[in-house]
Amino acid sequence: MGSFVQYTVQGLAAGGFYALAALGLAVIFGVLGVVNFSHGACYMLGAVGAAVLLDTTNLGFWPALLIVPLVMFVFGVLMERLLVQWLLRLDPLYNFLLTFGLTLLLVDLVKRRYGVSGLPYQLPAGLDGNVTLGSLSLSAYQIFACLFSLAVCVVVWAVLTKTRVGMIVRAATENSERTRALGINVTRWVTPVFGFGIALAGLAGVLAAPFRAITADMGSNFVIILFAVVVIGGLGSILGAVVGGFLVGLVEAYGQAYAPSFAQVVIFVLMAVVVLVRPSGLFGREGVA
Amino acid sequence: MSTSTRRRRLFSAVAVAAIGSLALAACSGGSGGPQSGGSSKLTNDKIVLGLLNDQSGVYKDLSGPNSAVAIQMAIDDYKAKYGDSAVAKTIEIVQADHQNKADVANSKAQEMYDRQNADLILDVPNSAAALAVANQAKAKKKLYINVGAGTTALTGAQCNKYTFHWAYDTAVLAKGTAGTIVGEGGKSWNIVYPDYAFGQDMNKSFTTEVKGAGGSVGQSIATPFPSDNFATFITKAGDGNPQVVGTMHAGGDLINFVKQFNQSTLKGKSELAVGLMFITDIHSLGVDQFAGTQFTDPWYWNFDEQNKKWADRFKEKTNTRPSFAHAANYSAALNYLEAVQAAASDDADTIVKSLEGKKINDFFLRNGEVRAADHNVTHDVYLAKVKTKEQVKEDWDYEGITKTVPAAEAYPQPDGSCKLS
Repeated sequence: MGSFVQYTVQGLAAGGFYALAALGLAVIFGVLGVVNFSHGACYMLGAVGAAVLLDTTNLGFWPALLIVPLVMFVFGVLMERLLVQWLLRLDPLYNFLLTFGLTLLLVDLVKRRYGVSGLPYQLPAGLDGNVTLGSLSLSAYQIFACLFSLAVCVVVWAVLTKTRVGMIVRAATENSERTRALGINVTRWVTPVFGFGIALAGLAGVLAAPFRAITADMGSNFVIILFAVVVIGGLGSILGAVVGGFLVGLVEAYGQAYAPSFAQVVIFVLMAVVVLVRPSGLFGREGVA
Repeated sequence: MSTSTRRRRLFSAVAVAAIGSLALAACSGGSGGPQSGGSSKLTNDKIVLGLLNDQSGVYKDLSGPNSAVAIQMAIDDYKAKYGDSAVAKTIEIVQADHQNKADVANSKAQEMYDRQNADLILDVPNSAAALAVANQAKAKKKLYINVGAGTTALTGAQCNKYTFHWAYDTAVLAKGTAGTIVGEGGKSWNIVYPDYAFGQDMNKSFTTEVKGAGGSVGQSIATPFPSDNFATFITKAGDGNPQVVGTMHAGGDLINFVKQFNQSTLKGKSELAVGLMFITDIHSLGVDQFAGTQFTDPWYWNFDEQNKKWADRFKEKTNTRPSFAHAANYSAALNYLEAVQAAASDDADTIVKSLEGKKINDFFLRNGEVRAADHNVTHDVYLAKVKTKEQVKEDWDYEGITKTVPAAEAYPQPDGSCKLS
C-alpha cells in the first residue's frame, strides 16, 4: 500500500509537469486552431537555451526561467508573422506540415551546433534535497516543478477566462468576422497568443533542464506524449490539458510500477479509450476534434 | 509541333540517353572492374574502407564522422610507414549514415560492398544494424570489423568467417564492472535495462556475471525505449534495498536515468553501476553527476603517454578528445592495412587467414589477440572511476583507471555457439 501511495504521488508530480508542457499546445490550438507540431522542438530550445545561458553568461536557473520564455516569445511572434499566418486560412493540415518541417530544421540546427550527446545542467541550489513524509519521499525539485507548473496553468486559465483580454482573444478566434465588426483588431491579438504558446513550451523546457537529458532529440518523443495529453483532455481546453496531464502522469507511474515494459503503451491505450468514448476528449468542445 | 511528334521525340531522347548510359557503364566496367593482369593484386588497384555508422543520431558524438578522421590517420600512418613499397597506393574512405536502423544498415552495406567496392566495412554501432551488416559480409564474402556494437551474438550464434569484433562486447563490460563491484562487497543488485536487443543482452550478461561472482540479482526491470521519466522505475529499483542499482541504458536515456537517480532518495543508499558508458556521456552530463561511478572502459585517452600522444594528434584534427570507438576504428583500419601489406593482396579469404590467431600489441590493443575460434579480438580492458570535479585537471580528463583487467580475465572463453563458415 505504501508503495502504491508513493507511485501515486510520483504520478501526480509528473502530471503537473505534463500539464504545463502541454498547455502551450492547448492554448495555440484553442485560440488559433493550429496543431503546432514544433511544440516539442520549442520545448527543446527552452532547455538548450537554459544550458547555453548558464554556459556562456553564467546565468543560472532562476534568471533562465524568465529570460528564456521571453526569447521564445519573440521567436514565436516571428514564427507566426513570417510563416504560420500565411497558412491560417487553409486546411489545418498545412500548418501541421509546416511546423513538422520546422521541427526537423530546428532539431538538426541544434545537433549541428551542440552535438547529440547533450549539455550539462545542475539542479538549482536549495532544490537538491528530498522531502520525506513517513514512507513517502519525493525530490524537492519534482515538487517544485509540479507546483510551479500548476500555478502557471491557473494564471493562464484565469487570464483567458476572467479578464477582458482573455475575452477578446477568445472572441477573436471563435468568430473573427463578428469580432472585427465590433471594432477589434483581431490580428493584433492572434500573434501574441501564438508567441505566448511558444513561450510556454520554452518555459517547460527550462523546467525540464535540471532533471531531463538536454539533447536535440529531447522533444521528439516527448511531443508525442504531449499530444496524448491534449487529446485525452480535449484539444484546445486548458482544463483538459491539466486533467489530461495528471491522468497521463498517473497512468505512466502505475504502468512503470506494475507493467514496466508497457509503461508508455498504457498512455496510448488510455488515449484510445477516451477517443472512443468521447471523440472530442474529456473537456473538448464538440465539433473541434 | 503536334503532341504526338513531341512525344516521339521525347521517347527517342530518353532511349538515346539510356543507350548512352549503358555504353558508358560498359566502358567504365572495362577499366574499373576486377583486374585480370598487371603486378597489383588489389581489386581495382585500390583499397576502399567503408565506414558505416550513426552520423546524425544519438551515437554521432561517440563515433560518427570523427571515426573517419581516425581512419584517415591510420591511412596516413600506413603510407608514412611503407612509402613507395606500400602495396595499397590508393586508399579511399566511403561513409554512410545507417540512422540506427537495421534495414538502412543492410542496404547501405550492400551498396558499399557491391557498388562502391568496399573491401572492408568498419564500426556500425547499434547491435541490430551490426548483425545486418554481418549477414551482408557473409553473403558477399567481404570483411566487416565491428567496433561500435556490443552484442555477443556477432561472435556467438550469428558469427561468420568474415566478421571480426574489435573493441568490446556486453560480456566484457559485465565481467569488468559487475565482477569488480561484487568483489568489493556490492553483492545484492537490481538491474534496470532498456527493452531492446542491446539492453536485453546487457541484462543477461550482467545477471550471469553478478551471480557468477557470488552476488544476487533481486529484480531486472525492463523500461520502454526511449524514455524520459524514470521516477517510478527508480523507486521500484530501490525495492529490497539493493547495494547496487545497475543501469544498462545508453545515450539520452542514460542521462535521464542518472539525473533522476541522483535526485532520488536512492542516491547514497545504493551504489549506481553503469553498464556502458562513453566519455562523451560524462562530458555531456558533467563529472559531478557521475562522480565515483565505476564502469569498464576498453580504452582511455589519458591512460598513458602512448594513448595521449595519439589523442593529441586526434585533437589537432577534431578539436575534441577521442572516445574508445575512435581509437578502435584507427586500430582496426591500420591492422587491416598491415594485413593487406603482408599478404600483398586484398582477397578477403587471405586476409581472414592472416588475421586469425594474430597477436597484436598497439596503443589500442594491449596484449591483443584475434581469436581464431570466434573472431573476437581480445585485449586488456580497464576499470574506470569517474573523477570528482576537483580531481579533473584538464578538459575531458574525467576518468581515473583503477585496475587493468587482463585480456584472459576480461573475455570469457568461446561458448561453442559460434560456427565459422
